[in-house]
Amino acid sequence: MGDLNSICARVRENVITTIGTLGVGHIGGSLSIVDLLVVLYEKHMHVDPANPKMEGRDRLIVSKGHAGPAVYAMLAEKGFFDKSWLLTLNQSNTNLPSHCDMHRTPGIDMTTGSLGQGFSCAMGVAKASKIRRDGATIYTIIGDGESQEGQIWEAAMFAAQQKLDNVIAFTDYNNMQIDGNVDDICDIGPLADKWRAFGWNTIEVEDGHDVDAIDSAIVEAKQSDKPSMIILKTVKGKGVKFIEEMGYGNHSIPMTPELVEQALAEVRGTK
Amino acid sequence: MEIRQVLCTELEKMMTENENIVVIDADLSKPNGTFPLRKKFPERAFDVGIAEQNMASVAAGMSSYGFIPFITSFTPFASRRICDQIAISIAYAKQNVKIIGSDPGISAEFNGGTHMSMEDVGVLRSIPNLVIYEVVDANQFRQALPQIVAYDGPVYIRMFRKTIDDVFTDDKYQFDLFHADQLQEGKDVSIFCSGIMVQETIKANELLKAEGIEADIVSIHTVKPIDREAIVASAKKTGAVVTAENHNVIGGLRSAVSEVLCEECPTPLRAVGVKDQFGQVGKMPFLKEVYQMRAEDIVAAVKEVMTLKK
Repeated sequence: MGDLNSICARVRENVITTIGTLGVGHIGGSLSIVDLLVVLYEKHMHVDPANPKMEGRDRLIVSKGHAGPAVYAMLAEKGFFDKSWLLTLNQSNTNLPSHCDMHRTPGIDMTTGSLGQGFSCAMGVAKASKIRRDGATIYTIIGDGESQEGQIWEAAMFAAQQKLDNVIAFTDYNNMQIDGNVDDICDIGPLADKWRAFGWNTIEVEDGHDVDAIDSAIVEAKQSDKPSMIILKTVKGKGVKFIEEMGYGNHSIPMTPELVEQALAEVRGTK
Repeated sequence: MEIRQVLCTELEKMMTENENIVVIDADLSKPNGTFPLRKKFPERAFDVGIAEQNMASVAAGMSSYGFIPFITSFTPFASRRICDQIAISIAYAKQNVKIIGSDPGISAEFNGGTHMSMEDVGVLRSIPNLVIYEVVDANQFRQALPQIVAYDGPVYIRMFRKTIDDVFTDDKYQFDLFHADQLQEGKDVSIFCSGIMVQETIKANELLKAEGIEADIVSIHTVKPIDREAIVASAKKTGAVVTAENHNVIGGLRSAVSEVLCEECPTPLRAVGVKDQFGQVGKMPFLKEVYQMRAEDIVAAVKEVMTLKK
């Protein structure tokens, strides 16, 4: 899937430009999920950029709402809105706030940002789709740090009880949160065992940036009669060496024009 | 009729006519009267278990799909427990979720302090885009529910759940979600009351009448957005105000009325309600005495405020 990889590189460029124009932003956790977003929107999501509210569409709820810049970069790539919007991140009256807002951005299916809530909302969306019998698949992405929220596990039990096999969820498991490494702060492991114990079809992807592996996991998840959790081992800040090397310090960082150029050059080199 | 029975009966009617209405409980469907709905609507009436945060956000997700979810719990768990979910998943995200909070204030009786919400209105009133309505009696609630469904936006319904004396017995009574009800015209003092304190005010009115005091009585069922015109008109007429609520006097009806009066027509005011205290176990007569929420406490407040009239 060389083609997908070049799209990943372009979306990473979009993310860097988006945050770089503002000069600061949630770059680590945004770069972390780029490959997943590309596989979802290029291979799986039944959506129409010209009709973002299309009935029966597949939905994506990014519960780690601070990854908005990655989602916007992907949506712009798909044509949900003009790429020039990306330069307006967090500017006054923007349609692209730092955290996802369904009433501002075409293609955003749920307002998120207060961690744990978007995941529950996604279970509500999945339950609604079941009642409507419209055959939609509901995708949702949570962070590993976000998995410390109790609400995640309330929703996990609910999904298993309600047999929401139309849910395919992802954990962006880069093992980093704002204050440190996840396993140093409040370890969430053994994560796969936890999800299995909560009644979920659980798939682990060792390289969460391998588009083929992500794709295969989604194909497998679609066969399950349970809700699915795909745990993606990822690297926070993936694709830009100096950001990766900052470790958990890269959650939100200032991006000077020089750093932006350096990051763009590196990402373009991967094309 | 018990208020929870009104809830169940009216929901059943509305769910039959409107396939978008869903009812989500968090293991309190029996006390709240919604349990029987599951038999008729197995898909649209369901329980999330003791997980109110999940209940609120699941409801928001369903609303984003075009459903009109009712979520139910006791007031403390339908408000302070899920404050952020109400603020973000529901109100900020503009979701059409109706929140039923039962057993407001002292009406939690033997469940005691942990289950007595003296602060729910205060907490929720500062969240934008949220209507806050408190039930007065069965007849009113019967009329209120269809209006709450017809209103496109989140509504918090503060619901005494058992049997309570009828107030609105006139067949001509027309409820309006956004307009207060004038119960009696009077010239000496305004009494703005809500919830179970409407019935207490009616009792107080008999004592006041015996002393020749003519009270202007306004039942304020919707504390947000509050009926400013009704408050100002009454206060201008009488020049003295008493508020009576089953809630902390900080943050609820007294605060909401004071905000209007301070801006529109400053008027002396005395409040009947819980004076910044937590709840405790007890039956209603005991609790009304402890928190000075009896008819005679309203009378005392009236007399005190009338001495302050200009």
